[in-house]
Amino acid sequence: MSGLAGKSVGELLALYRKGRASPAEAVADCIDAIDSRDMAVGAFLEVFRDEAMSRAEELENEDPESLPLYGIPVAVKDNICTRGLPTTCASRMLSGYRPPYDATAVERLSAAGAVLVGKTNMDEFAMGSSSEHSAFRRVINPWNEECAPGGSSGGSAAAVSAGMVPAALGSDTGGSIRQPSSFCGVTGLKGTYGRISRYGLVAFASSFDQIGPIASDAEGCALLMQALSGPDGKDSTAISEDCPDLLCALDGGLSGITFGVPEELGGWDLDRAASSALDEACRAVSAFGEAPERVALPGMETSIACYYVIANAEASSNLARFDGVRYGLRESSDSLYSLYASTRTEGFGEEVKRRILLGTYVLSAGYYEAYYGKAQSVRKMIRKAYRDVFSRIDLLMLPTTPGPAFRLGERLDDPVSMYLSDIFTTPANIAGLPAISIPAGLSAEGLPIGIQLVAGAGREDLLLRGARGLEKIFRFRERFVPGGGEA
Amino acid sequence: MAESAGFIPVIGLEVHAQLLTRTKMFCRCPAVFGAEPNTMVCPVCLGLPGALPSVNRKAVSMAVRLGLALGCRIEGESVFARKNYFYPDAPRNYQISMYDRPLCSGGGLRFEDGEEEVSVGLERIHLEDDAGKLLHGRSGHSLIDFNRCGTPLVEIVTLPEIDSPRRASLFLQNLRHVLSYLGICDGNLEEGSMRVDVNISMRRRDDKALGTRTEIKNLNSFKAVEAGLEMEIDRQRKVLRSGGSVVQVTNLWDAGEKRLVTMRRKEQAHDYRYFPEPDLPTLVVDAAWIEDERAKIPELPLERARRFRREYGLSAYDARVLTAESDIADYFEKTAGMTGEPKMTANWVMRDVLREIKTYGGDTGSFPVGPEELSGLIGLIKDGVISTSAGTEVFTGMLGSGEGALEAVRRLGLERISEKDEIEAIVERVLGSCPDEVERYRGGKRQLIKFFVGQVMKESAGKADPKVATELLRRRLDS
Repeated sequence: MSGLAGKSVGELLALYRKGRASPAEAVADCIDAIDSRDMAVGAFLEVFRDEAMSRAEELENEDPESLPLYGIPVAVKDNICTRGLPTTCASRMLSGYRPPYDATAVERLSAAGAVLVGKTNMDEFAMGSSSEHSAFRRVINPWNEECAPGGSSGGSAAAVSAGMVPAALGSDTGGSIRQPSSFCGVTGLKGTYGRISRYGLVAFASSFDQIGPIASDAEGCALLMQALSGPDGKDSTAISEDCPDLLCALDGGLSGITFGVPEELGGWDLDRAASSALDEACRAVSAFGEAPERVALPGMETSIACYYVIANAEASSNLARFDGVRYGLRESSDSLYSLYASTRTEGFGEEVKRRILLGTYVLSAGYYEAYYGKAQSVRKMIRKAYRDVFSRIDLLMLPTTPGPAFRLGERLDDPVSMYLSDIFTTPANIAGLPAISIPAGLSAEGLPIGIQLVAGAGREDLLLRGARGLEKIFRFRERFVPGGGEA
Repeated sequence: MAESAGFIPVIGLEVHAQLLTRTKMFCRCPAVFGAEPNTMVCPVCLGLPGALPSVNRKAVSMAVRLGLALGCRIEGESVFARKNYFYPDAPRNYQISMYDRPLCSGGGLRFEDGEEEVSVGLERIHLEDDAGKLLHGRSGHSLIDFNRCGTPLVEIVTLPEIDSPRRASLFLQNLRHVLSYLGICDGNLEEGSMRVDVNISMRRRDDKALGTRTEIKNLNSFKAVEAGLEMEIDRQRKVLRSGGSVVQVTNLWDAGEKRLVTMRRKEQAHDYRYFPEPDLPTLVVDAAWIEDERAKIPELPLERARRFRREYGLSAYDARVLTAESDIADYFEKTAGMTGEPKMTANWVMRDVLREIKTYGGDTGSFPVGPEELSGLIGLIKDGVISTSAGTEVFTGMLGSGEGALEAVRRLGLERISEKDEIEAIVERVLGSCPDEVERYRGGKRQLIKFFVGQVMKESAGKADPKVATELLRRRLDS
C-alpha cells in the first residue's frame, strides 16, 4: 500500500488494527518518500534505513492493539540523544558524535512501539527561526521551495508536511515547534514545562526547553504526547503528576470552552491571512457559545527581550561544555586556551556565537542585575499575568506567527527581525504553559498560516479539545496539500 | 612593644569536605576512592550533552546534620547555582554549587584552646559537586580521571575572625573531629577528602577596617596551614611596615618546597557569572526532615570532653585527646566501665593504645586488644598479679597474639611473685652477694634499701612484689 507515509498517526493505527497495512510497509513507504523527496527538502540529517526496517519487522510479531504507537514511523530532531546514532544538533561541533544513551523521550517512543526512521535538520543547537542556521544543509518549505520552513524544528515540520513521516519530535524553546508547524501547515504541540522529560535533549535554554510532537493533526499530537509524558527521575524539572487523558479529551467539542483573544494584537501588523484565520476562528467559536473575551496581556512587547536575555544566559552556560576536550570537534592547538578558542571558533556558527556572547554579557559582574535580574522580574510578571488570564478563560487564541513563512535568506542578516517572528510564541515558554499551533488556512501566496491556542498550566486536555474542535472547522488537511493548492 | 602598635592578622577559612555518601551528588555513580580511572562515570557526571543532574538527598541530609551540629540556620528553601569557569577537570565547564541562597547560614564552631573555650563564627555551609583529577604526564600532555567528578562536597565558610595561624589549625582539627563524629567525612587532608583555602588580611590593632586580603590554596596538612599562614602574615607585615600596600593575590602552597607560589593576581580574577541552576528546582528542606537529622546527631567532641572531665575526673588535656575520635572515646568508655579505674584506663589508652592503633589505621574494630582485653590487663595490674612495667610487656604480647591478658601473662611467665618463701630465698641470695653494702647499711646508710630492692627485682626478673621484698629486706637487715 503506498501513501502510508502521508497518513496521520490515527489513520495508520486504524489500518494496522484492521490488518490492512503493516509497520514494515509503512516504514518502507516512509523511506521511499524520504529517498525521493528529501534531496530537495533537506529535512533529514540522517536516515536509519536498516535499523528502522528491522524494528518494523520485529513489530510484526506484536499485537497492534498492545502498543499505543504501534509501528508509527517517527523522525526525531537531531538535538535529542539517540544511543549509538548520530546526534549533531546540526553543528560542526558535534559532527560524528554518537551519544552512549537514549533520551527519555526516545526510550518512551520505542517502548510505545514507534519506529525511529531518522534525525531531522534544524537550526544549530536549536538557535534560530528558519532552520537556515544548520551547519550541514538548508531546509526548504514544502509549500514553496523559496521559503523557509521556520525553525528551529524546521526539519521535523517539513518532514511531516512533505509526507515523509506521519509524526516527528521537535523541541520548543521560544516557539521552535509551533512556528515551523505554522509555516509548514502541520500541527505542533508544546506541553506544560516539565510535561515531557528533558533528559537527553541537548540543552539550549533549560528553563524554556520542551520536547514535543509535530503531526498532521491534533490526534497525532495527543497520541505522541500521551506516550512521551510523565514523571522522570532523571529530570528534576519534570512534572511529577501524569498527563491528563488527552484521547478522551480530544472529542469533547468546543461548547463549554471559554476563549480569550489578546487585546494587544491590535497593535501588531498582522498578515491578512493571519487576521482572517483569527476572525474565522472567533466566529466559529462564537457559534458554539460565547464570543471570545478580549483579554489584556501586559508585557507581551517585553516578552521577546525577556526571553532573549534569559535564554541566552542559560545557553552561554549550557554550551560551555563544547570545548574540544572530551568529545566532538577538536581543533589542534599548542595550549589549553588556544584549544578552547580554536575549537569553539571553528565549531560554532555565527548565530550560536552571537547568543553565547550575549548570554555571557548579561551574566557578567556589573551587568547581571540590569539584564538577567531584570529579565527574571519581567518573567515573574508575565507568569502572573497569564495565571490571572487563565483564572477567567480556558484557552487563549492568537496567530502562531504574525505572518506566513518568509523567504529563505530574507532575515538572515537581520537577527532582530528573525527574533521577532517568535513574538507570539515565546510568552508560552516564559510562562511554562502548554500551547499548540494548528493550520488554519493559506495566505494570498499560498503559504499556510497557523492559529495558536494556549492553555493554563497542566491543561493539555483543554488545549487538545480546542485544537480538535478548530481543526474540524478549518478542515485544512482536507482542503490543501503542499505544492498543489486545493486538495 | 612594637606589636601593640602594629598589625594583627585576620584569617578566614573555606573548607571543602567530601561527604561519605554511597553515590555522587547528582547521579547514581558510586562515590569511591582509588578505582581504575574513568570507570565510575555516567552521562551525568561526565556532563554529556543532554544529561541532567538530580539531587542526592543523602548528601542534603548530611549537610543539614552538619549545619545543625554547628548551630547554623537551616534554610527551608535554598537554590543551586552554576559557577561558570573553563577548566578540563570540570566537564560541563560549570560547577553546580550554591551562591546567594545557601543551605545553611550563621552558626559557629566552639572548641578549646588550652583551658580557654573559643568560638569561630560561620558565614555559611553549602553543597556542591567536586571536579575530576588532572594527571600531568611527562610527555607534555595531561590525562583526566573523572571518577572523583560529582562527589558531593560541603563548603564551610568561616567569618574572617581567626587571629592566629595556630587557632586556624585548631579550628580545622576540631572541625575534622565534628565531621568524623557525624559520620559525614573522613577529613583526610593529605588524600584531599578535606581541603582548605585560607584568606588573610591585616588590620591595625586600633582599627576595625580590614586590609586587602590574599588567598592561599592547596594547603594539604594542618602544618601547611600554619606554615603558609605564618609566611603570608610575615610577608604582609613587612609590606605594610615598609609603607607599601598589599595586592590582592591568590597563592598556592607548594608542599614539596614548603613555600607560597603566586597563582593569579587581581586582574586575572574569575568572573564566575553565577546564576540559578535551571536544571534543579528550589531545594526544599522541611521541618520534619530537619528534625530527622537532628535526631541523628551524637554527643559532639566538646560536650563529650566536658562530660569526661566531670564524670571520670580527667584533666582537660586528657579529656580532649580521648574524645578527638569517637571510636577512641567509645573504646575508652567501654574499658573504663569494665575496670572502674578511669584514670588508669585513660593512661593506658592515651599512651599504649593510641601509639599502637596507628598501625591499624586508627580502627578500633580491627585492633587486637579490645576493651575487654585491655580491661583484663588493667585488672591484673590493679590486683597485683603483674607489675606495671610487666604490663607493658603483656600489652605488646597481646597485640602480637590477640590473646587475653591472663593467657599472655602465663605464656610470658610474668606473674608477680608474692610468695614470701620464694622472695625470702632471693633476699638471702642478694644479701649474701653484697656483704659491703650490708655493712654500710647497718652502719647507718639506710637509703641503700632501694639498692637492695632493685637487686631483688633484678634477680626475680621483675616479678617479685616490691612491697613484700622491702618488708623482708628490712626485717633481715634491721634485726
